[in-house]
Amino acid sequence: MQEVIKTDQLTVNLGGKTVLEDITFSAVTGELTGVIGPNGAGKTTLLRAVLGLVPFQKGNLTVFGKRGKQLKEVRSRIGFMPQRQSFERRFPLSAADVVATGLLSPKTLFRRVPEKSKQVDESLRAVGMEGFYSRAFQSLSGGEQQRILLARALARRPGLLLLDEPNTGLDFPAQQSFVELLRELKEKDGLTIILVSHDLVSIAPAADKLLCINRTMHIHGHPAEVLRSSHLDEAYRCQFDFLTTGGGFERCWH
Amino acid sequence: MSEILSYGFMQRALLAALLVGILCPTISFFVVLKKLSFLGAGISHTALGGIAIGLATGLDPVLTGSVFAVGTAMSTGHISRVGKISEDTVIGIFYASGMALGIALISTFKGYYPELFSLLFGNILAVSFRDLQLMVLALAVIMIFVIIFFKELLAICFDEEMAVAGGLPVGPLYMGLLAAVGLTVMVSIQLVGVVLVAALLVIPGAAAYRLSSNYRSMLAYSLVIGLAGSFGGLFVSYYYPVPPGAAIVLILAAMFALAVAVKYYLEKLN
Repeated sequence: MQEVIKTDQLTVNLGGKTVLEDITFSAVTGELTGVIGPNGAGKTTLLRAVLGLVPFQKGNLTVFGKRGKQLKEVRSRIGFMPQRQSFERRFPLSAADVVATGLLSPKTLFRRVPEKSKQVDESLRAVGMEGFYSRAFQSLSGGEQQRILLARALARRPGLLLLDEPNTGLDFPAQQSFVELLRELKEKDGLTIILVSHDLVSIAPAADKLLCINRTMHIHGHPAEVLRSSHLDEAYRCQFDFLTTGGGFERCWH
Repeated sequence: MSEILSYGFMQRALLAALLVGILCPTISFFVVLKKLSFLGAGISHTALGGIAIGLATGLDPVLTGSVFAVGTAMSTGHISRVGKISEDTVIGIFYASGMALGIALISTFKGYYPELFSLLFGNILAVSFRDLQLMVLALAVIMIFVIIFFKELLAICFDEEMAVAGGLPVGPLYMGLLAAVGLTVMVSIQLVGVVLVAALLVIPGAAAYRLSSNYRSMLAYSLVIGLAGSFGGLFVSYYYPVPPGAAIVLILAAMFALAVAVKYYLEKLN
């Protein structure tokens, strides 16, 4: 199993404030890591640091074996799905147009990127939306829009997929369906997935590892280990009880 | 029709209506999608400061106004991003400051300045051959920029965070778009004036947005609405005693109302 991403004591300061401190974790090929923590814990900042959108002041970040200035070389192998608030839901694009925006990069400047490309077809098929090619994005349900945005993140055939709160605003069946799709993608295509979520219930059954942070790192390990740990209570500053039921988790909150 | 075309001033006015009728709806498409409507209105009023500087110094007021409008647009983008201040706040400050500078300078003028009134309220019938040359130049520069970077600009309008993550040069492209908005404002001011130019930047795109679920149709509707407004206003002002700028804006406003009504009834039918 190849190590796809590895952070070592990663520390990020923004506007004179330490947003992330000493974050150490790694993920191998085909592994789904759930990043959990309360609001303002620095989960999104961690993804942005991996993408090179915010600089880190201390520690090391290695992606596909590259670090430092060489990280730029592997950014095209990272797929990203930002939070739903980052776009306008009524924007006049077709599903295929949305996916095609995922193909844009510095290399495509001054070049034509047709929305009817093989990559767009493949990405839509990968998320089970091949019949939605010409459908208006604004006419789709929240769950369907999330799948299209996932297809956009897959358009450049990445090896590492970073997802920021993809389940926000979805009802429970849509959340389950989305998580199931992620599980299929990692098993079939060997994708390494880092999934940020504040929803422990939907993320825990699908994750191979959980990383719990609240500015600093609290625990990184197998979901059963993390959910039973007192580190979780410390990170969220409240008390959780978890019961394992048939591979899933039920949550009690005191 | 042949009577209209027999006048030199009407030939120039028709050509100006065509040029602005293409330019404004194209920029309006991006203004609406990127939610820059207030920026458009702000820049047009800020340009008054540049126009007044031109008149006070003896320079071409259209040139100084253009520099002021483009400078304001790009400064707004830069200050809001570097200083993490919302664009609305920055343009709100520029809007009032530019107007204040213009009013302060104009109050010192002695005598009558016909150019000032043309630029304040617009006069498409007074467009000169040189004005047309400037319009063609501005249209060419802006259209080349838009055509080359259309897919990137569309992606930035849709999801800027994703565009940044994809490695696109979002900062320079956004600044280019703001400069294009500033230049369009200044070109259009000669038609409808400082006071009404925001309508040309907002209404074609806003009406088209109501009617479209696809960006291609939105761009097409925006162009049709913009051209219909420009030519319609010009013809109305030729036959009726209405200033052309006001006629153009009133026709555009009526088309926006029609688009809202059509959208409402189409949704009800479905």
